[in-house]
Amino acid sequence: MSTLTKQTLSHLDWLESEAIHIMREVAGQCSNPVLLFSGGKDSLCLLRLAEKAFRPGRFPFPLMHIDTGHNYKEVTDFRDKRATELGERLIVRSVEDSMARGTVVLKNEGESRNKHQSVTLLEAIEEFGFDACIGGARRDEEKARAKERIMSFRDEFGQWDPKNQRPELWNLYNARSHKGENIRAFPISNWTEMDVWQYIEREQLELPSIYFSHVRPIVMRGGAMVPVTDITPARPDEEIVQMQVRFRTVGDITCTAPVLSDADTVEKIVIETATTTITERGATRLDDQTSDASMEQRKKEGYF
Amino acid sequence: MTSAHTSPLQIEDRGLLRFLTCGSVDDGKSTLIGRLLFDTKTILADTLTAIERTSTKRGLTAVDLSLLTDDLQAEREQGITIDVAYRYFSTGTRKYIIADAPGHEQYTRNMVTAASTANVAIILIDARKGVLTQTRRHSYLAKLVGIPHVIVAVNKMDLVDYSQATYDGIVADYTAFAEQIGLTDVRFIPLSALVGDMIVDRGERLDWYEGPTLIDILESAPAAHTEKAESFRFPVQYVCRPQASDNPELHDYRGFMGRVESGEIKVGDSVTVLPNGRTTRVKDIQLYGQSLEKAIHEQSVTLLLEDEIDISRGDMIVNSEEVPAQNKQVEAIVCWLSETPLSPARTYWLRHTTREVKAKVASIKHRVDINTLANDAASTLAMNDIAKVQLKLAQPIFSDSYTDSRATGAFILIDESTNNTVGAGMIVG
Repeated sequence: MSTLTKQTLSHLDWLESEAIHIMREVAGQCSNPVLLFSGGKDSLCLLRLAEKAFRPGRFPFPLMHIDTGHNYKEVTDFRDKRATELGERLIVRSVEDSMARGTVVLKNEGESRNKHQSVTLLEAIEEFGFDACIGGARRDEEKARAKERIMSFRDEFGQWDPKNQRPELWNLYNARSHKGENIRAFPISNWTEMDVWQYIEREQLELPSIYFSHVRPIVMRGGAMVPVTDITPARPDEEIVQMQVRFRTVGDITCTAPVLSDADTVEKIVIETATTTITERGATRLDDQTSDASMEQRKKEGYF
Repeated sequence: MTSAHTSPLQIEDRGLLRFLTCGSVDDGKSTLIGRLLFDTKTILADTLTAIERTSTKRGLTAVDLSLLTDDLQAEREQGITIDVAYRYFSTGTRKYIIADAPGHEQYTRNMVTAASTANVAIILIDARKGVLTQTRRHSYLAKLVGIPHVIVAVNKMDLVDYSQATYDGIVADYTAFAEQIGLTDVRFIPLSALVGDMIVDRGERLDWYEGPTLIDILESAPAAHTEKAESFRFPVQYVCRPQASDNPELHDYRGFMGRVESGEIKVGDSVTVLPNGRTTRVKDIQLYGQSLEKAIHEQSVTLLLEDEIDISRGDMIVNSEEVPAQNKQVEAIVCWLSETPLSPARTYWLRHTTREVKAKVASIKHRVDINTLANDAASTLAMNDIAKVQLKLAQPIFSDSYTDSRATGAFILIDESTNNTVGAGMIVG
């Protein structure tokens, strides 16, 4: 059980309690919310928090994954397994379906589908009439997120307007929206990567295997480690090297790079996280470095 | 299940402290935050490389730590900071959340927002300039929003030759002002954010100062908002009734889910349910299938009660000995947040704890000039105005005065047509 000091909660208990409170506010204020669940570590924390918020009842929302079709099989298998274990409904909507409908058009075959998830997400929001999406984004992930609200308002086009966000005071959240508009709710806004790993350790959460150290074929491309897969094959002139790696974030294969690591347990990852010298996105996201403001730009376009 | 698993890195957990930094760019606020992040080793190599590159590009000889808190693209284009930003660092024993409130036009609104969740305010003073109108404004707002601990950081000591006389003069000026507005817990520290003296390291140039460093003050600041005993208040967020469950034991389960907003609660305690007024006892306190003996302030739990009482979201479970007032009229200090002025002709949604009621402004008693602290008459309120206001409510709320209980003394006002949050209120009586 949670250890309590006499007067105040430990930092993890406080963060957990805040996140539970936020989830219950979404359930209390919104008529048709959904929880975005990818099988990644942040959204796995969200599931444990939802269990703590709503058990012994069922979750007052389904789970949904926007699948680019370029995800690691270990992660999507894990996603399905976890949803089944919890006995909760999982909706999967696919960027490939949006491509078939013609609402997503790639510039070229090789273009990353990651940023196109926003189109599929908006289509799914419309299909199901969701008025709120609970997500696992954190303010420490990226500079553009430091000012993000816990309940973030998006207009009918899914757009985030940094100048038109509601002030958020005390713990009085305003999740009201008109039909067609949408609230993105971020219960772990105040968590850091370290908090996430410490929580996974404390709660003994199971994770997809690729978060742990394993040997994988890699090529070095422009200073980044690119995993060799069916979707991201080595180029003719590149040398494939077997490397001991793990993933710090898991997303679309085309834009997620691993880091060198021999941490094969959560405990070792916690220690590694405490001593690392590179930020989570800096090390592992191949798509964020295009420009300093690239994340902000994508958020405005409706990226989660 | 959550075993008491101690990570090798966590020797001691001193909880989490939220603080606010007030000051303008000129006071070195961004540099101070950058310094805190840098000296606590929160800044990782790639981020540092990026700001080193920018510093060099701008022709600076040292790394400009203020770039760590660089702003959004839209703000950069306008050259102003428009919103509260949240930053994080940890010392290994304590986690910190900084609410970084910008210092320009929309200052009042931003500072009230940032202050609403903070337990400590760091007020920056430029040692060359001393106590300014701006300092007084920050201090008044910190007091108004009920921040219990204030740290006055006299920055840029490097630019006044680390002069103790200069520092002592500022301390005397500020102390006189703090007494005047009723700020009681004020601590002073001389520092140089630029050089890094007295932030995490003591440095070598402030030998005459014998007090703790800034980080030591933060490490020992109480994490609890108040040290005094508060009345138990539990606004119900959500009711759990899993009747349809396969487990027959759950057919009669009625769990009242919420967060202890003040005080604490033990199994067996006598509680009263508002608005219906019925009294019962706490049968069980649950968190994820486990029974707890008690729940403390800020803990999210599920309460089970001995008697079957009809309770829904927006109701409040309270200690039977200390039942709050049920009010359809409240007097409050309101800070107006919206570009659209307050209209006494309009109806607003008032959200208080988990309860939402319709509200109208009955009268504006006076507006406060936050520079002079003088009261003047007003018939409307514009953005950043602060005023004492009388409100009429369509249904009662169960409120305490803000000075007694932050969570049950605060409310927000929401525009019915746009759904925007337009006002922040603190109940006076």
